[in-house]
Amino acid sequence: MKIHEYQAKEVLARYGVTVPRGRVASSPEEGRTIAQELGGRVVVKAQVHAGGRGKAGGIRLADTPEQAEEHARAMLGARLVTPQAPQGVLVEKVLVEEALSIAQEYYLGITLDRAKQRDVVMVSAMGGMDIEQVAEEHPDAIVKVWVDPWQGLMPYQARQALYEAGIAREAVPTATKFLLALYKAYVGSDASLAEINPFVLTSEGQCLAADAKLNLDDNALFRHPELLEYREESIEDPLEEEAHRRGIQYVRLGGDIGIIGNGAGLVMSTLDEVSRAGGKPANFLDIGGGAKADLVRNALELVLMDPNVKGVLFNVFGGITRGDEVARGILEGIRSLQVKVPIVIRLAGTRAEEGLALLQGTQLIPAVTMQEAARKIVEVTR
Amino acid sequence: MAVLVDKNTRVLVQGITGREGEFHTRQMLEYGTQVVAGVTPGKGGQEVLGVPVFDTVKQAVAATGADASVIFVPAPFAADAVLEAADAGLRLVVCITEGIPVQDMVKTVALVRQKGVRLIGPNCPGLVTAGQCKLGIMPGNIFTPGPVGLISRSGTLTYEIVHLLTKAGLGQSTCIGIGGDPVLGSTFIDLLPLFEEDPDTQAVVLVGEIGGSDEEIAAEYIRTMRKPVVGFISGRTAPPGKRMGHAGAIISGRTGTPQAKVDALRAAGVPVAEALYEIPDLVKQALAHR
Repeated sequence: MKIHEYQAKEVLARYGVTVPRGRVASSPEEGRTIAQELGGRVVVKAQVHAGGRGKAGGIRLADTPEQAEEHARAMLGARLVTPQAPQGVLVEKVLVEEALSIAQEYYLGITLDRAKQRDVVMVSAMGGMDIEQVAEEHPDAIVKVWVDPWQGLMPYQARQALYEAGIAREAVPTATKFLLALYKAYVGSDASLAEINPFVLTSEGQCLAADAKLNLDDNALFRHPELLEYREESIEDPLEEEAHRRGIQYVRLGGDIGIIGNGAGLVMSTLDEVSRAGGKPANFLDIGGGAKADLVRNALELVLMDPNVKGVLFNVFGGITRGDEVARGILEGIRSLQVKVPIVIRLAGTRAEEGLALLQGTQLIPAVTMQEAARKIVEVTR
Repeated sequence: MAVLVDKNTRVLVQGITGREGEFHTRQMLEYGTQVVAGVTPGKGGQEVLGVPVFDTVKQAVAATGADASVIFVPAPFAADAVLEAADAGLRLVVCITEGIPVQDMVKTVALVRQKGVRLIGPNCPGLVTAGQCKLGIMPGNIFTPGPVGLISRSGTLTYEIVHLLTKAGLGQSTCIGIGGDPVLGSTFIDLLPLFEEDPDTQAVVLVGEIGGSDEEIAAEYIRTMRKPVVGFISGRTAPPGKRMGHAGAIISGRTGTPQAKVDALRAAGVPVAEALYEIPDLVKQALAHR
């Protein structure tokens, strides 16, 4: 789960990570009030889940509260177009913060190193840049420390990494405290990524998180009731939100062929197969193991909520999932949803024959193999 | 003996009194698996399908000599169940549970590796040695004994491929679903050597998907193998930054792309199928060229 910068800073502050003074605003007037309270120069930052905000005009300096209000008015309700979000993302909130007198910009990051199966802490003196680009062009500029999960990040490891990365020597003691607090926040909130870029050293010698990115592990949310409130703002696609409410694994992909299957790998392969046949999948949808008829009906309804969908492909290989249960769900769906688009269905495995028998005499198009199913759905939706 | 399990494996089911646990215990017994014990704290002394239930894994092992465990415990308690099994001296632990926090697995995997316990999963369908033993939730009826081993990050995709192999007259030795999570007890590189050493296996099918770099790491080892490997990667058309069902199936930035995996495998001499139905032919060719 991705959360907004202002939410990340709320979480980090609870663990003692130092963040600039500021608050989030949903209206231009609120923006002005916050700027007044802060006093002096402020920065107004659009709260969207997309990098490259600065270049897109999503981060603006304001010398007066009136100017802050103006910036907030220009951003709120508008769509911010960034290189990572070419279709634009709606700005619903802005963060108004004190402007910092920046002496140095660094980078701090903590994430899982999947290959090493441990968390890795990364420190670089090249702050403010895309870290993947730094990794490619100046791999030596990133110092990495792998953390023993039973021991945690030790102070000497943090210190060593900061010195090695070339952080200003006089700032290392403060930066060490900062990095240890960041690690505590990462572990404490079950994050999958904590990134401070830029990590700022001010001319007054303070260490602050000018920006903050925190991705949380969805699987761990059950033990963080305090983070659940962020969930609402984390999903931007209304259909993905609806899917979440229904407990269905759904990803919108933008094409026009709805895909429903059981098991993530099988559904992914079905998407590949449809693409190979010249079609464009509208979505990924996994009904999981042992799905009952009403879940199948629900899934069909969800896929059809996407107005671009011109046809639906079912690909189910029954193990615990039973073919007859899936067929019953499809039939219920067709009856209650008044489906107008063609549906191709491929059933194999447990009780597939019983399922196919139930579907005989309907307008559903049967297919024996995955390739045949992909070819047929592309033909009938062309 | 094929890989990891055979007809002599004595299986313990953690979470046997739950709905899932009981359902799959029945299926495992029907397949001929020796399920000798179940564990559910507080339910010791009961029986499920004729299998005695114990309060702790330690008691179950002492009483029955179980040597492998399969776990159907809910996600918040699953990591603890793995550690309990490892501590009780089981040599093989298979964790079916989906949705375990990553940090729990980082800690758990570090510890079981240190203890030398083989963990399969989590978020996996388990493993089957065709005609001998089934640990987990794979449908038993699709397997036929034969010379092809299989290691896969996906469950249903494994069934699909096993079905294709069986239809093409290619039986299987052992098929292992390693799971769809970002941190796994065993990855391709941990299991390929077991198939390389297994006298019952003559070729291996490796089924990977987007996310991480386990396929690339495996490719380096495959260069040194005597037995042929055939590959398949799913998610070839998946967009970056989107989690495709499995917690581990995500292209993040420049890592985890399907092309990098296909390229690495091909560079190691592994034929990679573009579509699933090509896999049996590639396996036949690989076996013929040995």
